[in-house]
Amino acid sequence: MNNVTPGPPGLTPSPLERRLAGLRGDAPQRSLDARALAALAANPGCGRRAVLDAAGVDKADLATRLGNPAPFGQSPFAISRGLGFERKVKADGCTVLLDLLRKELRLPEDSAPVEFAELVGDPKLPAGRVASARAALAAAAARPGVWTVLDQPLLRLEVAGSAAHLEPDLVVVRPDGRWTVVEIKSFPILDGGADAAKVGAAARQAAVYVLALRETAAELAGVEPSRDPYQEPGGLAGSPDSTALLVCPKDFGNQPAAAAVDVRKPMAVTRRQLDRLTGVEQLLDPLPPDAGFGQDRSDGQLTAAVGALAAVYSPDCLSACELGFHCRAEARCAGSVETLGRGVRGELGSFATIDRALAAAAAPPQGAAAPGQDDGDAESALRLSRAAALRAEALGGAALGGDR
Amino acid sequence: MSLLGTLARMEAVRDGRAVPLATVRHRHLADRPMVLVPLAAAGEAGAPLAVMLGQDRESPVLLSLPQPLDRDRRFALLADLAAELLPWLEGYGDQVELLTKEVKDPATGEKTEQVRELCTDAPQLLVPGPAAVEFLGLLGRSTRFRRTAEDPDPGPYPAPARVPLLGRWLTQLRDRAQVPGSSLLLAMTDLLGRHWATGQSRLEDQHLGALLGWIAPPAGLTGAEAALRAETARDDRGQLLCPPAGPTTDPRFDSGLLAPAITRYDAARQLGDAVAAQAREADIAALLETVLRPTWERMWQGVDLLRALPAAAHLPERWEGDRWSYTSHRDRIAAGEPPQPVRDDAVTAARKLAQREREQTRLDIQEALDDPLAMAEHRLSGEAMAGVVVEVEPAYDTTGRTPKPRPLVTLRTDDRPHGDAGRELYRAGGPAAQKAELVSADPASGLVTVRLLNGMGRKKEPEPGSVPEPGEQVCFTLFELTARQSAPLPEPEDTPWTHGGPPAARAGTVPADPVEGA
Ligand code: SF4
Repeated sequence: MNNVTPGPPGLTPSPLERRLAGLRGDAPQRSLDARALAALAANPGCGRRAVLDAAGVDKADLATRLGNPAPFGQSPFAISRGLGFERKVKADGCTVLLDLLRKELRLPEDSAPVEFAELVGDPKLPAGRVASARAALAAAAARPGVWTVLDQPLLRLEVAGSAAHLEPDLVVVRPDGRWTVVEIKSFPILDGGADAAKVGAAARQAAVYVLALRETAAELAGVEPSRDPYQEPGGLAGSPDSTALLVCPKDFGNQPAAAAVDVRKPMAVTRRQLDRLTGVEQLLDPLPPDAGFGQDRSDGQLTAAVGALAAVYSPDCLSACELGFHCRAEARCAGSVETLGRGVRGELGSFATIDRALAAAAAPPQGAAAPGQDDGDAESALRLSRAAALRAEALGGAALGGDR
Repeated sequence: MSLLGTLARMEAVRDGRAVPLATVRHRHLADRPMVLVPLAAAGEAGAPLAVMLGQDRESPVLLSLPQPLDRDRRFALLADLAAELLPWLEGYGDQVELLTKEVKDPATGEKTEQVRELCTDAPQLLVPGPAAVEFLGLLGRSTRFRRTAEDPDPGPYPAPARVPLLGRWLTQLRDRAQVPGSSLLLAMTDLLGRHWATGQSRLEDQHLGALLGWIAPPAGLTGAEAALRAETARDDRGQLLCPPAGPTTDPRFDSGLLAPAITRYDAARQLGDAVAAQAREADIAALLETVLRPTWERMWQGVDLLRALPAAAHLPERWEGDRWSYTSHRDRIAAGEPPQPVRDDAVTAARKLAQREREQTRLDIQEALDDPLAMAEHRLSGEAMAGVVVEVEPAYDTTGRTPKPRPLVTLRTDDRPHGDAGRELYRAGGPAAQKAELVSADPASGLVTVRLLNGMGRKKEPEPGSVPEPGEQVCFTLFELTARQSAPLPEPEDTPWTHGGPPAARAGTVPADPVEGA
């Protein structure tokens, strides 16, 4: 999705927005989608990612230009199977889907009519799509007692002064007036359970949709959106349900099965991440004024600009962020201990580089702290040199033998 | 990760190649293991695409599908797989040793002799990584309940006769693989990762090519370079030089080569051109072989590396547990028991959990006894100490009628056992079950004194060899050197109603026959 996103109508861009747009340069804007927003939670502390996301820089493209392309991709078989399953779920006027929804959300039997909202679908008209989804939600709210299905509505979420465009698979307005987000995924619910990591990712994604729906609902009600996911406002503003419906193939076939997922917790996490993005201004400070990520920049300039943004690399980045291979190369170059695993830094105390930690390991054990070292340093140094001595002894010696 | 593990990884970075994480091989390695590399069809759970397998490195068997969505072909592939694996799996059931055990009848108190069979050896299956283990589990789950044409009510899509049996064996192997230290089904990345530390994270070690890149980098490359090449290098068609070890294939292989080849196959079939379809099918098999071969070679490279390590002393004992596991599964099948249920009943689940915990403890103890590098972990954490005996002072317990030897042994060590005076200690590598107690520890001088408490015979003077001599290397642990038996659990038939009652009462919960793709 390379939508050029217009700012809020009638507003001139703020200095921050201008600065972010300047960073992006002539590169096409990558508008944040739910996957990107949900992935923020994977590495919340990373300022580099926060800035690039806020500026709408296409990180996959950037990674390629940096010479470390992201290894992500989806198999055409997976895509076509996913699409096929989605069609199946939505077939017959969503009869099966609504049955699953009633069952999983424990709704009473009803014979309310089912209507399908007319939505603008042209991908070139994001603003029109957002407006039509909003209008459909408003119309549904005015007419209780009916099922209204919004198929791939486009929702807008304000993120750090720019608009993120989000496209849930389905939003269903129930006869009781509540709105339920429906996520259709192609991993199976096997014997009643599903892969926890995948359910977690789907829940984070659904959480972003509920957040966007809450903003829309608050706008329609003319009130401020609630910041606390655990507090449901009354009236129209409280229409979005914080329980989403996850629809997956059942066992090894492609019959749909569903599970209700409470997304309040991921909503709270994502909310915090989004608020952090608003603080992106301070993260820009280390960037030289002329830095940028546009297509016109040389490799050296790009590397320098990316390097100026503080990264918080951990090996988990490799599967979560497009820049994973780039940041890994950088972290390896710097000899940083984080390249060895997430928990390693905590284990090594103040030793941030492999060289320093190895030097401490090679030094003879010292009882007291050397000048310039604090007690924590001395303690980690002592443990390291003990570990090194034990390792050397074990590798030099023979086995103790079994219990005779 | 432990500090010693981290230190080893840092050394690997410094040296530019992996460093040892063990001085011995901690897992049983069969003389002729079965190596199996599965590929899965993307987007579908437990759907096979191809399998390369065999016990002979030079001549692997390739099974593959021209169209992974074709249910009949999928069954045919599974039937072929069953034909390859079942004779091998069942073959180990023929050679047995007879063990007699005295059992007491709980009612009459009468003692009788019970003779049990134990298979002398068991099969060992090696796959590239944990994902392949899970995939075999999925295959087992999707096939073991299937009805076959031989069933009285075969249903709409009967499976080939031996496929459900294969499913039961795969389920058994996958289940056993959850037991720490077991070796019937092992993942190569786990095996290599247990014995070598690379200069990358455990997450990256899941990539078999990258892991081997660190352990055995080609001449002229550092481990990091070799690993990066394995992860990212592509040929001029954009295909990875080191294809993923599966079960998922590289998406760019799927889109660039496999999908077009399948389209050509489908087209030939649609035209009813049997000759062309066969040729297109052969193309697909050749294509799949090119992405399986590199992993196949790496599997055997891994086997070679592991074989070069000396076997740990406790391997035969642990392998016996695997042989029991194999034997009892053989017996369940022979007795005509139904396939393993989808979910274990409460008692079976609790038993398995208790067994895994017990086996984990036993594994930790045995690895520490077998390998000074594993014992070093405990020494670093203050749970063990080792050093050279500097003084032995005879002493006696004179409270009883005859004095008993209670010698004081002082050793020199930098280890700092976490325990106060009086703490019970266990001697590793000494007389069986010899205990001691901590008398004093002085970190400044590096001297620790312990008092030996048993294992020295019945006489006043200790049996020769039961007390270490000055100059001897000794090791004491703060943890017991045998795993405790956990509290007995009821038999599954006696499951209390609070935990769902006996399994038979809930037999109806076993799915009759999940029909696929309806
Ligand atoms: S890969 Fe780099 S930019 Fe992305 S989250 Fe990790 S450290 Fe931040």
